[in-house]
Amino acid sequence: MTVYANPGTDGAVFTYKPRYDHFIGGEYVAPVKGQYFENPTPVTGQNFTEIARGTAEDIDRAVDAGWKAFDAWGKTSVAERAVILNKIADRMEENLELLAVAETWENGKPVRETLNADIPLAIDHFRYFAGAIRAQEGGISELNNDTVAYHFHEPLGVVGQIIPWNFPILMAVWKLAPALAAGNCIVLKPAEQTPASIHVWMDLIKDLLPAGVLNIVNGFGIEAGAPLASHPRIRKIAFTGETTTGRLIMQYASENLIPVTLELGGKSPNVFFADVADEKDSFYDSALEGFTFFALNQGEVCTCPSRALVDASIYDGFVGDALERVKLVKQGNPLDTDTMIGAQASNDQLEKILSYMDIGKQEGAKLLIGGERSDLGGELSGGYYVQPTVFEGTNSMRIFQEEIFGPVLALTKFNGYDEAIEIANDTLYGLGAGVWSRSGTQLYRAGRAIQAGRVWSNTYHQYPAHAAFGGYKQSGIGRENHRMMLDHYQQTKNLLVSYANKAQGFF
Amino acid sequence: MSPRVEVTSAAADMLRHLAEQHGPLMFHQSGGCCDGSSPMCYPVGMFRTGGSDVLLQTLEIDGLAPIEFYMSASQFEYWKYTHLTVDLVDGRGSGFSVEAPEGKRFMIRSRLLTDGELEEYGVEARA
Repeated sequence: MTVYANPGTDGAVFTYKPRYDHFIGGEYVAPVKGQYFENPTPVTGQNFTEIARGTAEDIDRAVDAGWKAFDAWGKTSVAERAVILNKIADRMEENLELLAVAETWENGKPVRETLNADIPLAIDHFRYFAGAIRAQEGGISELNNDTVAYHFHEPLGVVGQIIPWNFPILMAVWKLAPALAAGNCIVLKPAEQTPASIHVWMDLIKDLLPAGVLNIVNGFGIEAGAPLASHPRIRKIAFTGETTTGRLIMQYASENLIPVTLELGGKSPNVFFADVADEKDSFYDSALEGFTFFALNQGEVCTCPSRALVDASIYDGFVGDALERVKLVKQGNPLDTDTMIGAQASNDQLEKILSYMDIGKQEGAKLLIGGERSDLGGELSGGYYVQPTVFEGTNSMRIFQEEIFGPVLALTKFNGYDEAIEIANDTLYGLGAGVWSRSGTQLYRAGRAIQAGRVWSNTYHQYPAHAAFGGYKQSGIGRENHRMMLDHYQQTKNLLVSYANKAQGFF
Repeated sequence: MSPRVEVTSAAADMLRHLAEQHGPLMFHQSGGCCDGSSPMCYPVGMFRTGGSDVLLQTLEIDGLAPIEFYMSASQFEYWKYTHLTVDLVDGRGSGFSVEAPEGKRFMIRSRLLTDGELEEYGVEARA
């Protein structure tokens, strides 16, 4: 067990600076309007740094810097860019602990997750796209003896990326790594709840990227996000967030006729078929963990398995065992490596979760465990902690239909395969899903029948770079991860070449 | 008709403050990830509503132009049994909602509609 000292105190592995400016054109620059905003840690609720409050003027400056850098950056060889991505990964690996503590302090998530998942996954993401871009090939189509179609990949130019607050560094890297690999320049706007940790990362690696290739402008959505998304000189906008803002971003993109990728969340079903309980073995144990995965990252995951569907024939026994597992989830100081669930990322998030617990009870859902804010005492009393919570109810209830983004599980039962699929698909969203069965046939059929972009089968919450991630239905447009993500950051250039040296005969 | 959506006095005060900066305002209720399930407040004209949206309520607040409150029809299918109150809490919000720079966030509190209200709105009670 290790308890990391709070950043800024004696013995801390890392201390935030008192202020972070924008990073534009390879250097830190103050916001044009000179304003800053306070950034609190959800661990204690106390402010720990202040952040540049960007406006349209800062976005303009960043887009300019991006275009200035693009001519040279877009023409670098894939080998050169891959080397840079690998160096970024190495630098992150050398500073893993520092980055993990920085992200935990800003977001409130347990440090065991940042040490073992967030930051290692981000590191691997750079390495994956360093490899993918070098392995990518264009195409040659021999149309006839004299005519050839060549297909080249070209970068788009300067792209905009708006990052959510639930994985401040990993979600940024999901967008940055493929965009950089493909030769684009970037203007990135972090979430206003978690604006600082990405600067800790930027500060570590800034000597590795040419000036202007990556620009970070902080600020609020209305003041900096909207000017970025609507900017007439970006060539693409990528956003992770919710549906109304997703629609607004599409409206802006339609005005500028640029592509968008959107990841807008979900209400992921986690389906446990009857044969899960055939034996009390290590497979059964893995399914119990799968049930409990709703508490990972305090439930602040777009693919949180927040609806558990359990076959009626095993319901009582399986749910009883699963609730015992939930009781073992240790809540505490996020900087303690033994802590399994930390703080919600912000006060408004905490308030929203509590309001859903209220509506769940009003709608007649039965509270099986949790259901309240946690007061962890001492300095943590000011933090935003919620008990892991399980409600039993029916799929039409609002707690079954809306992404609460907290450690709140909505549990129901089904009778047989058909009803399981019907309930699983009765949602506006289709980002993630989980299926648990000892039968390969059932696993396969259910996985194909559930309308979601990723169906974890006998596992959950794995996020390797080499597996496509994205949504069906209202969960969004496009994919992240996997080599196919490069397509979202590339133009296709077709050269259609005649070697005939003679007229076609029309004129 | 009984109101489907109301605002607390704290939310009304904030709306009056925001209208001074931004002019007439509207709400669109979000769904999905991160800041989903929160109402987004925009200057009128910034967000285009369309045939996929339902106007739940036109909020009448002293001193302000009427504020329309919309939600997508698909989401409303699940929300139509609840009365909504727009409240205000401390926070940063996210998305492009105009109150975020104030260090505040609009938030929805819900209660189930009564049988009388459901009948008034022509909504069949759930089984």
